[in-house]
Amino acid sequence: MNWLLDYVRPKLSVAKTEKDVPDNLWDKCPQCDAMIYGQELAKNLYVCPHCGYHMYLRPRKRFRMLFDDEEYSYLEAPKVKEDPLNFKDTKDYRSKLKSAREKTKFDDAFVAAFGKMGGHGVVIGVMNFNFIGGSMGLAVGEGIVQAAQFAVERKVPLILVTASGGARMQEGILSLMQMARTTLAVKQLKDNHLPYIAVLTNPTTGGVSASFAMLGDITIAEPDALIAFAGARVIKETIKADLPAGFQKAEYLKKHGMVDMIVNRHDLREKLITLLNLLGNTYTKGE
Amino acid sequence: MADKTIYLDFEEPIYKLDTKIQELKSCCDDKLAKDFNKEIANLEKKTQKLLEETYTKLTPWQKVCVARHANRPHSIDYINALIENFMPLAGDKLFGEDEAIVGGLGFFNGQAVMVIGQEKGHDLESRIRHGFGMPKPEGYRKAKRLMELANHFNIPIISLVDTAGAFPGIEGEERGQAEAIASCIMEGFKMEVPYIAVVIGEGGSGGAIALATANRILMLEHSIYSVISPEGCASILWRDGSAVKKAATALHLTAQDLHKFGVVDEIIREPLGGAHRFRDETVKHAGDVIWKHLTELKKLSPADLAKDREEKFLAMSRIA
Repeated sequence: MNWLLDYVRPKLSVAKTEKDVPDNLWDKCPQCDAMIYGQELAKNLYVCPHCGYHMYLRPRKRFRMLFDDEEYSYLEAPKVKEDPLNFKDTKDYRSKLKSAREKTKFDDAFVAAFGKMGGHGVVIGVMNFNFIGGSMGLAVGEGIVQAAQFAVERKVPLILVTASGGARMQEGILSLMQMARTTLAVKQLKDNHLPYIAVLTNPTTGGVSASFAMLGDITIAEPDALIAFAGARVIKETIKADLPAGFQKAEYLKKHGMVDMIVNRHDLREKLITLLNLLGNTYTKGE
Repeated sequence: MADKTIYLDFEEPIYKLDTKIQELKSCCDDKLAKDFNKEIANLEKKTQKLLEETYTKLTPWQKVCVARHANRPHSIDYINALIENFMPLAGDKLFGEDEAIVGGLGFFNGQAVMVIGQEKGHDLESRIRHGFGMPKPEGYRKAKRLMELANHFNIPIISLVDTAGAFPGIEGEERGQAEAIASCIMEGFKMEVPYIAVVIGEGGSGGAIALATANRILMLEHSIYSVISPEGCASILWRDGSAVKKAATALHLTAQDLHKFGVVDEIIREPLGGAHRFRDETVKHAGDVIWKHLTELKKLSPADLAKDREEKFLAMSRIA
């Protein structure tokens, strides 16, 4: 395809295994307030053993949980123009970026890796909610474009795990344009009849939900995840009334026909592998 | 449309002059006419100068106000002036009809086109009917259906963007506002016909880009296009709803900014004093510019049109 001509192949780098040292020995479940021992929580994939609440799972843990034998290689982060607007509010955007990088040890809010799932080669991209709310600017948009291109080149499926407050407003119109660019990214998968599976985790809102997140061939949501276009506060202010119980939660979206299935994190890897088995087992026409 | 001129806050000096001119004109008796005429001519010259001074250096926030001006030509005005035999088409054939998006077939300089525009309405009754120009999922699904229809019959698409944003509300969420917008963005990329988007007033975030994944993106001189409203940005980043002027500047949301970023292909000039003062002239000139782009795009093959769009967006925001 012609659009691949100027494609810069992302370099792969082998992910180093890192020891998980829990920041706190004990964690508190934000839903049921239960105190959980850090290692127990990690073993339980950050799902509260008491109430089943799915806490945020960081990219490395997500990769380890999904890939066969916890083995994968990172796709090199794309180079993009930093702070294209020279944006400053009460703090300047560059310093926000810097502290987010120090905090997360990632370049931006999206990271992709290549590896195998149930023996299938697959590209998985994960949004990092701890990086400025997982917001989508140039780096996230370009990361998704390159992850899709890599998947197309290798002829493998793409899985994107979302967690985002929406567009990164500090990058202005260029962040809005990423809605179009990420849509174009998943269109390449569709044009090549390669599966694109969206896994929506808490929260997936705004410009991310209104672009690639809602365009999966199959859309999976984690239980209780907030999935929305407009923020609940904005809606409440607009209509000046209370919102229905469970509004904008994964179950509500399923009921309204917007997601295919809700999958507990413990079952996610198996369900994804089954889907990859099914979608990959196509028959040849006329045989 | 409103008959009375509505003046924006920063136009107060212009308002004062205009009022004085009106007074002189209305109380004129024959004897004094000669003196008054001279005075009126003087004042008119002053007004012109003031308009020039104001409108050649509008601040970003002032542009936001002009872009939202109630007298500004809306989608229906463009359709009425530029499109012959307009056949409005209704409904998404799934749920309902949303008049926040007006659309249909018609002849533009003899060429059949599909026009899809966001319409804000011009008085209370029509604003309510058009949902204040904030489309619901059925509006976006209607837009998508009209795009498909146009593509099927090889008819070019002209979209007119003018929205504060997609409708934020319970019905919107439960009927899949996010999915509707995403699918509309995707549909734009599938088109194998010329697709031109024109931001005529307010390009509000995801609700706007749904109708703007086009081959050419044009913007009126005093229109805006932004990821978030200055009000929203001020309240989130400044935690102060009154920081709108700072937010408007920081967001770089003017047509001139977007042209610099390479997001917009051409800025459509507005007469001095803005589109709301010279409605017919503005619409006619916009028509000429749209026609020029349409003529160019018609030379491309169906496959090249889709490719042109993809390359345009893929290149956008990459380091040169």
